Amino acid sequence: MNPLQLCLILSSLLFCIGLAGALARSNTILVLLGIELMLNAANLNFIAFWRYGPHAATGTGVVFVIFAIAVAAAEAAVGLALVIAVHRHRKSVRLQDANTLKG
Amino acid sequence: MTLAVQHLWLIPALPLAAAVIGALVPRSGRTLAAGAAIGAMAGAFLLACLALAGALADPSAHQVFNFSWFDLGAGALRLGFLLDPLTAFMAVMVTFVSLLIFIFSTGYMKEDANAKQFFCFLSLFAAAMLGLIVANSLLLLFVCWELVGLASYLLIGFWFHKPSAAAAAKKAFITTRIGDLGFLLGLLWLQDAQGTLLFYDGGAGFLEPAALANLSALLPCGLAASTAIGLLVFCGAVGKSGQFPLHVWLPDAMEGPTPVSALIHAATMVAAGVFLIARVYPLMAADQALTGVPVHALTVVAGIGAITALLGALIATAQNDIKRILAFSTVSQLGYMMLALGVGSWVAAIFHLLTHAFFKALLFLGAGSVIHAAHHEQDIRRLGGLSQKMKVTFITFTIGTMALVGVPLFFSGFWSKEAILHAAHGWQVSHLPFYAAVLGVVLTAFYNTRLMAETFFGSSRSENAGHAHENGPAMTLPLVMLAACAVLLSLVNLPSYPWLQAKLLGLHEVHGHPLFEGAGLMGLSVLLVALGIGFGWALYGRHPRAKAESPDPLAARAPGPMSALANRLGFDELYAATVGRLNDALATLSDLLDRFVWGGVIRFLAGLGQFTGLVSRETDERTLNGGFDSTSKGLRGAGQAYSDAQTGEAHGYLRTLALGFVILLILVVLGGAR
Repeated sequence: MNPLQLCLILSSLLFCIGLAGALARSNTILVLLGIELMLNAANLNFIAFWRYGPHAATGTGVVFVIFAIAVAAAEAAVGLALVIAVHRHRKSVRLQDANTLKG
Repeated sequence: MTLAVQHLWLIPALPLAAAVIGALVPRSGRTLAAGAAIGAMAGAFLLACLALAGALADPSAHQVFNFSWFDLGAGALRLGFLLDPLTAFMAVMVTFVSLLIFIFSTGYMKEDANAKQFFCFLSLFAAAMLGLIVANSLLLLFVCWELVGLASYLLIGFWFHKPSAAAAAKKAFITTRIGDLGFLLGLLWLQDAQGTLLFYDGGAGFLEPAALANLSALLPCGLAASTAIGLLVFCGAVGKSGQFPLHVWLPDAMEGPTPVSALIHAATMVAAGVFLIARVYPLMAADQALTGVPVHALTVVAGIGAITALLGALIATAQNDIKRILAFSTVSQLGYMMLALGVGSWVAAIFHLLTHAFFKALLFLGAGSVIHAAHHEQDIRRLGGLSQKMKVTFITFTIGTMALVGVPLFFSGFWSKEAILHAAHGWQVSHLPFYAAVLGVVLTAFYNTRLMAETFFGSSRSENAGHAHENGPAMTLPLVMLAACAVLLSLVNLPSYPWLQAKLLGLHEVHGHPLFEGAGLMGLSVLLVALGIGFGWALYGRHPRAKAESPDPLAARAPGPMSALANRLGFDELYAATVGRLNDALATLSDLLDRFVWGGVIRFLAGLGQFTGLVSRETDERTLNGGFDSTSKGLRGAGQAYSDAQTGEAHGYLRTLALGFVILLILVVLGGAR
């Protein structure tokens, strides 16, 4: 087993844990946490493919991931702000209660 | 001080302003309306006198003031005012008689609630009549002519709540309109032939020699253009002046208030026709020099005049309504005027027009005074014995009657009638009109004697007549003034000093004849008048009727002819049976055509439209709408499905995502890594 495969297995596990968390929890903040884990699994894949790919000398994979983390941080800020706003209205952070945008 | 021709329009403008005031004041403003009317008329009378002074300064001149009304193609339609002795004499007569009648009306209409409207209409009428007189354009004259017709319609139908008055107003309007149609055609023809409707225009007017020479060219039918145009214009005069065969409206017009009868149907409006023919006399006479033409325009005028003169006098002998007798005498006297025009003595016609205006206004106002005093009793069989009760009315009425009959020497009617008889006697073409006129003189004397005897002598034959008493000064004063005029007017045109004639003909010098020139003719007419009066007095005066129901002595002797005359020789029935029937038939035909033929076409077209609409709607609803409906239904269903997929459950979305991930994973694993 080469190191790339190990990295990919790790990131798959990370993704599955994040997905399980996001699906199992009803607290919106914990769902967001799960989603962050899934995102980071993807980031790990980026790094792995760059590190063990043909152009490991360039810094492209790191730059890409740093951008992705920055965007994810901004998303998290927006997501948390939404949670707070919903909580003000509904006095609840249960994800099932925030369903007014249904079709 | 004289009135220049440029300011001649002021004469009709004054009464017009009074009419506007009368139209605008509320119903309670009758004093204001009457005051405005009388004041405006007095002003117009003064202006007319000034105009007369201006015209007499140079009687041979036709002073004109022309202006452009609007441009018409290359040329322009021009109107204008004309000042010559004819205009000036007419204006003075009309304003003076109107003024007196207005004053009389303040008394006569005292109890009428609509009096202010009455004065408004009277002023409108006077304005139109004066406009007609001062016009220098046949078109302007025609416009005023129609306004006169309108005003007469309003005034005859003033008591429109009476069905007979409303019908009489309609009859007058429609009958005169028949004549006016001819007038309009003549006017259009003249405009076409000559390109101008101005009377005098410094040599270019159609009454001036150049145009007359052009108009006497022969048409293919053998008549001169001037004859045809003249006869068409004469149609208008026949309608307006109540000449045979369009005389039927004039007696019915007596349904209006009596001042109206005096103003319109005796003194001024009916004189408009005579004035018109006198005004366009050069046109009417333009064909006189031609020989070999079938008829001269003036010959027709003379013939119609003679028939009317005799017919009116005949019918008047058998009437019982005081106003109707006077109406038919007006018809007869207008016939005399037309006769004088036809035989070539338009000056005699105008002289008779002027004298007649005064004494006929006097007679009508006298009749109005009688009617007012006798509580609207107009039947002479039910009057009687008024000579003692109404002295002023009696004396003035007698003077008017004597002037109308032509009692010698001291009454204006005598001299004007003599002038006409003289002219008729001298006519070269035929002596028949002269004989008709002579017979008319006897009849006139007869029926007027009957009128006097029945109304004023004998005993009162009804309660209303018994309670009659003299009216107030507003009504008697005009009578006295008109009576004075009826006498004094003879002085303006005595044969020994024919001042009026000289001025009308544009002469500076007055050439008189001996006073009793043609004494034979004069003696004959005096004899005839005496005969008529004697005959009338013998039948009606010597043995006055005892009761209203007593038979008429003449009708008892000759029942057939007299009842025919009492029915006005059946002209109304004749017209009802011919023209009226024809009109009804045409109306029925039009109605049927309308209802079935045109209506059918219209209904067919409507049905066609409806059918097309139905087809269009069906296509729309079934085919087009069906297609669109099913498409949009599908769209809606799809939208609903997508909408339903949006559950709002974030976990649902995540589950879907996870499922997709798993499927992807399985595909990758099963498909082998590539």
